[in-house]
Amino acid sequence: MQLTNRSKQVSNKEMTLMERAYLPAIATGLAITIKHFFSKKVTIQYPEVKRYLGPVFRGRHILKRDEDGRERCTACGLCAVACPAEAIQIVAAEREKGEEKLYREEKYAAVYEVNMLRCIFCGLCEEACPKQAVYLRHDEFIPVFTERDQVIWGKDLLVEDMTNRYTREAWTKEEAHALDAKRASGEVTNVVPRAIP
Amino acid sequence: MEETKPQLIKITFDGIEVEVEPGTTIMQAARKIAEADESQGHLVPPAMCYYKPLPTSGGKCRACLVKVAQGSAKDPRPMPKLVPSCITQVQEGMVVENTTNQGVLDTRKSIVEFLLINHPLDCPICDQAGECHLQDFAFEHGSVKTRYEEDRRTFDKIDIGPFVQLHMTRCILCYRCVYTADQITDKRVHGVMNRGDASEISTYIEKAIDNDFSGNVIDVCPVGALTDKTYRFKNRVWFSKPEDAHCDCSKCSGKVTLWYRGDEVIRVTARKNTWGEVNEFICNTCRFERKKTSDWVLEGPTKVKRSSVISANKYRADLIKKPDFALKLAATQFKPIDDTREFVTDGETIRQQSIENNDKANHRSLLAKNN
Repeated sequence: MQLTNRSKQVSNKEMTLMERAYLPAIATGLAITIKHFFSKKVTIQYPEVKRYLGPVFRGRHILKRDEDGRERCTACGLCAVACPAEAIQIVAAEREKGEEKLYREEKYAAVYEVNMLRCIFCGLCEEACPKQAVYLRHDEFIPVFTERDQVIWGKDLLVEDMTNRYTREAWTKEEAHALDAKRASGEVTNVVPRAIP
Repeated sequence: MEETKPQLIKITFDGIEVEVEPGTTIMQAARKIAEADESQGHLVPPAMCYYKPLPTSGGKCRACLVKVAQGSAKDPRPMPKLVPSCITQVQEGMVVENTTNQGVLDTRKSIVEFLLINHPLDCPICDQAGECHLQDFAFEHGSVKTRYEEDRRTFDKIDIGPFVQLHMTRCILCYRCVYTADQITDKRVHGVMNRGDASEISTYIEKAIDNDFSGNVIDVCPVGALTDKTYRFKNRVWFSKPEDAHCDCSKCSGKVTLWYRGDEVIRVTARKNTWGEVNEFICNTCRFERKKTSDWVLEGPTKVKRSSVISANKYRADLIKKPDFALKLAATQFKPIDDTREFVTDGETIRQQSIENNDKANHRSLLAKNN
């Protein structure tokens, strides 16, 4: 009875002298092993060395400011309503006279809190934002927390630092895809990361 | 004498036959179809200016244009142009095309474009967002992009009293508030001034509206041109929870919807029906001054359509199950902890904190360097 057609006939022939000598086969095998000592390693030493995960990797949140240092967020609540984990909490306030340098629009988020225990880093807030205000950083993760009060991140941790602005190569998936296509065709080799104006 | 029943008129709307009384408008006939069969709701033409509880309103925004393919049984010729369904009366044997006619849909798309020409795109800031008729209209019928490149019209800010906020830039000149002021209040302090492009809603001599029912212009306004000043920027519509409630009011019916944020009533509005219209107007005392749960008799949660953004992130209490097993296990293995946070609601404190946080965020790298 034949179950499959993949079965092979086993050879029962006598071994040749070369095969019987045994040592040449050992030497060939060892040569292959030794060759790999000198080739480039495929692994990296993770915590010390980190791989570049692309411009649209979703790490921790950042609330962008515009080029004048004014907050972009206008507390429209679209990120919070889009959030499947309900991690975002916003309290809006009206901008007063003299605060035009702080906030770009008439209304702003006086409280913007992300509960990092709830957040699943899906990036829907980023997609929902009509003001290009909230982004998930591609270069930083949420640090490991040891205390309860480190979990809810307020505006002091989320808002962009103007002395050290956050830049990336591509700000949207579409831009990233276009960039990949250009790289593949050899049109560009290196792109300078930029901040959104 | 024997009473004669009015002869019912039979018309065909998008292939559906409906019998209505003489004098009914096409819009009302369409709404009758939708009320009889909820799945036909999409057939009803949209209305931006027409408001059934306000007689003589309608015929201004052109959002409800429909094609009359057959004028009547006696004269079967089609009407030469699209007609506004909210003010056109039905005739025996009339055949109306709304969603079945591509021309009507194309026209509607253009109407959206016209209405949005001078409408600012500040939905993220506007308090009406989420219950705005223009938003719904544009979402359902409009195109995604604008072709308009010129500057939008702007107006000087006018303060029309402590309760109502007027944003003239958002106005689409539907005249609903003018009809409200005319018909609900007994003296006219509110109207439209100037003509054409420059026309604007205004109170005469910039006089504050002090009538008892003036707050109803907020509910009547299809866009965010007239909004509640006491609710300004308090919360987005879809984060607040609507509850039906009533009270004994000497001036009005007292039937309202309370909008909750947690346990706090942040807004009181009149009740709206399926078409977003208020049938029972409420007085200013109910709207602006009774903002405590103890002032009201609660009737239960307002029914919100599943398609509405207001229903987002809200769950029916009877459907939520607490994780019994996990809670019991946790109770046996861990000691209870207090993780309540101070919840600041004072606006001034929040503002100060926001500015401090701004500074902190701005000097984060400096701090990191120094430490």
